[in-house]
Amino acid sequence: MTQPRVPVALAAVAVATVALAVLPLVYLLLRAFSGGTTAVDVLNRGTLELVADTLLLVGAVTAAAIAVGLPLAWLVVRTDVPLRRFFAVAAPLPLVIPSYVAALALLGAFGPRGLLQRLLEGPFGVERLPEIYGFTGAWLALTLSTYPYVFLLTAAGLRGVDPALEEAARGLGHSRWAAFRRVTLPALRPSLGAASLLVALYTLSDFGAVSLMQYQALTRSIYLQYRSLFDRTPAAVLGLVLVALTVVLLVAEQRSRRGVRASASGATRPPAVLPLGRWRWPAFAFAAAAVGLFLVVPVGVLVYWSARAVDLGHEVTFPWQAAVSSLSASALAAFFAVAAVLPISFLAERYPRRWTRVVERLAFTGNALPGIVIALSLVFFAANYVPALYQTLALLVFAYVVRFLPQALAGVSTALQAVNPRIEEAARSLGRRPLRVVATVTAPLISRGLLAGAALVFLNAMKELPATLLLRPTGFDTLATEIWKYTSVASYSRAAPLALLLILLSAPFVYLVTARRASEAAAPG
Amino acid sequence: VRRLMLVAVGALALAGCGGDGDSAADGTLTVYSGREEELVAPLFELFEEETGIDVEVRYGDSAELAAQLAEEGENTPADVFFAQDPGSLGAVEERGRLASLPDSILSLVPDRFRDPDGHWVGTSGRSRVIVYNSDEVAEDELPQSSLDVVDPKWKGKVGIAPTNASFQAFVSTMILEQGESKAREWLQQLRANDPKLYEKNTAIVEATAAGEIDLGLVNHYYLYVVQEEQPDAPIANHFLQGDDPGALVSVAGAGILDGAENEDAARRFVEFLLSERGQRFYVDEAEEAEYPLIEGIEAKEGLPPLDELSGPQIELDDLGPELEKTLQLLNEVGFTT
Repeated sequence: MTQPRVPVALAAVAVATVALAVLPLVYLLLRAFSGGTTAVDVLNRGTLELVADTLLLVGAVTAAAIAVGLPLAWLVVRTDVPLRRFFAVAAPLPLVIPSYVAALALLGAFGPRGLLQRLLEGPFGVERLPEIYGFTGAWLALTLSTYPYVFLLTAAGLRGVDPALEEAARGLGHSRWAAFRRVTLPALRPSLGAASLLVALYTLSDFGAVSLMQYQALTRSIYLQYRSLFDRTPAAVLGLVLVALTVVLLVAEQRSRRGVRASASGATRPPAVLPLGRWRWPAFAFAAAAVGLFLVVPVGVLVYWSARAVDLGHEVTFPWQAAVSSLSASALAAFFAVAAVLPISFLAERYPRRWTRVVERLAFTGNALPGIVIALSLVFFAANYVPALYQTLALLVFAYVVRFLPQALAGVSTALQAVNPRIEEAARSLGRRPLRVVATVTAPLISRGLLAGAALVFLNAMKELPATLLLRPTGFDTLATEIWKYTSVASYSRAAPLALLLILLSAPFVYLVTARRASEAAAPG
Repeated sequence: VRRLMLVAVGALALAGCGGDGDSAADGTLTVYSGREEELVAPLFELFEEETGIDVEVRYGDSAELAAQLAEEGENTPADVFFAQDPGSLGAVEERGRLASLPDSILSLVPDRFRDPDGHWVGTSGRSRVIVYNSDEVAEDELPQSSLDVVDPKWKGKVGIAPTNASFQAFVSTMILEQGESKAREWLQQLRANDPKLYEKNTAIVEATAAGEIDLGLVNHYYLYVVQEEQPDAPIANHFLQGDDPGALVSVAGAGILDGAENEDAARRFVEFLLSERGQRFYVDEAEEAEYPLIEGIEAKEGLPPLDELSGPQIELDDLGPELEKTLQLLNEVGFTT
């Protein structure tokens, strides 16, 4: 059977879209190697330290996210820990808290002018709490924002382990612990691997938490160098270093995903619930402490500072403008991202060739470009070559689309794969023109996938911070940039109400979308 | 899909009303402000009220905006650069990006507070000071010179804002007075003394009030901003003497971009900054207390008269050419990496 010819128009649109998506990376490369200082000047010992500090944080956050997420998942899925169902719902909820809001909440609680200091200073005369700025703060904030991914993925993994295997191990005389170590844990390795790489990627590209906590990570350094030097080559070079690290992690993630598919074994029945016996209450204490520290404390602190705003007599008005800016920019990004991936996805799914697959893979470039890097590249590019787009909403939306194209693509491609091409062929053979077939047959069938993809892009755009800071039109304040502004000057009572609003606006979507697709949803602020 | 379309169309409509129009097309004045929003937003409102001209303000650090203006070149959407220090203005001027101001504007301000070539003009005066927590530090324990904050007894107790233009002007002054290598040495000592880093001067004064730090290197007027909200805060200004770069008397100022699309509105804005109304702002309305620069308006009560503050003997327009070196130095020492 001969393959159908690829429609030229479709191919042209898809290739043009992908060319736009790789533009930021290409321009960054050009810029990094054409500036006043050479890349070699920038890559010195300081850069090595920076990379080391960044990787230290990545490692520590990943370890902590596993240390919190995995036991929680195990307790909730496999044991009779008290309030099990409550924990199943509450444990992943910090997903709705962007990293910079987590940082705001931690500073508002444990910072030098935070809630705890206020409480302790009077009665106990405690003058100084241990330092939250720096590593500790960044580590805590990012653990808060990322452990839900470990929780969700390993909980799913645990549900997928065939209980018969463990029972067999027990029957062969292994202790419970040995059975867990030799059977359950190896079976979990794929989901644990995927989760850790997800957390690592999130941490690597996070800008908000490390900046507010003043931790020397690459993203923060890029922003600082951008702001504080006339020569912007160093920022571009550091951006490339960050891209390189990201690519290493992405490759590792690809490999681990292959593993996931291979070992998916489909459990035949739910596993038996393990009675914890005398460990029941200590286990409860652990779960309660985790949910307390990572959910109750942050939300409580935000509520406290919002209430303080009223006490302090701030004019508390609903931030209409910022909310509308956030919502409209994010909605535009969602629409255009889905519109942009449709031809790419259609080309790759319906006309599978080596080159159409390459086109599709290139659309994933955004995954390797942290927000700060895309922003940097586009600022340079637009200021020098397309002033008409510079500092416009259009360019900001374009940055969102490039950054979150992979999320949209995942949603749309999955949906397209589920539609049998024969249905489309049948419609065409009955005399419908190809475009009308797409509109009347394919589109209704994939509309759920389109909506899912759009919702993911929308959510991530709502909380996006670094690209918004650099690219927004003059006077265009979003909830994210306002929270950033007030948090960076320790004005917690002004930042907190905005943070609560951002959480409330995105929470329903997060719960619906990410609970099922955690792995696609991870993008830090 | 239809729902998606609806959302998108709705969003487009909202964005349309959102008012991010092209500034050139609708006559909106675009100002790059290196001065803090908290301090100067009311000033922009006054100008809008008085003239009916709409203003869009892009806030940032002065040096950051100067670098941005350098990157943007002739493509800049900015009409006016309102900066926190003469160094940033001078750096933009050096790149040939500022237009000449008319004599009618320049002559409003004493010579020492404007660019001799007429490309920028000071709009308010200020002095560097050390702000201190008066519960923690007695007056006679205060450092005699701002350079003494590298003494180990202040380890971890000093606040600075290295991305802030006023701190950078202080470093530039040190370079001008003592040379680059002395300045580098001092910055390295400062770095080793583990100062706390802040984004903004207001944050330094608030931290001083809260006892988070004992001393802060800032401009004199931030004290009054914080006192407005916390009248009982244990904070005070320590003015320094003589050639101490920490005694620098300087200005915030403004320049009009060369080829500004709203040149007329830009000129009216700079005129407004130096009008009776624009200058009285620092005395009557602002929480802060900067020095007005035009003749006939007295500074807020309780401030040492501007004439009595001499400061280091440098020309303010010498700061511009130093800025790039200063930024490199701060970067090299590790304050901005």
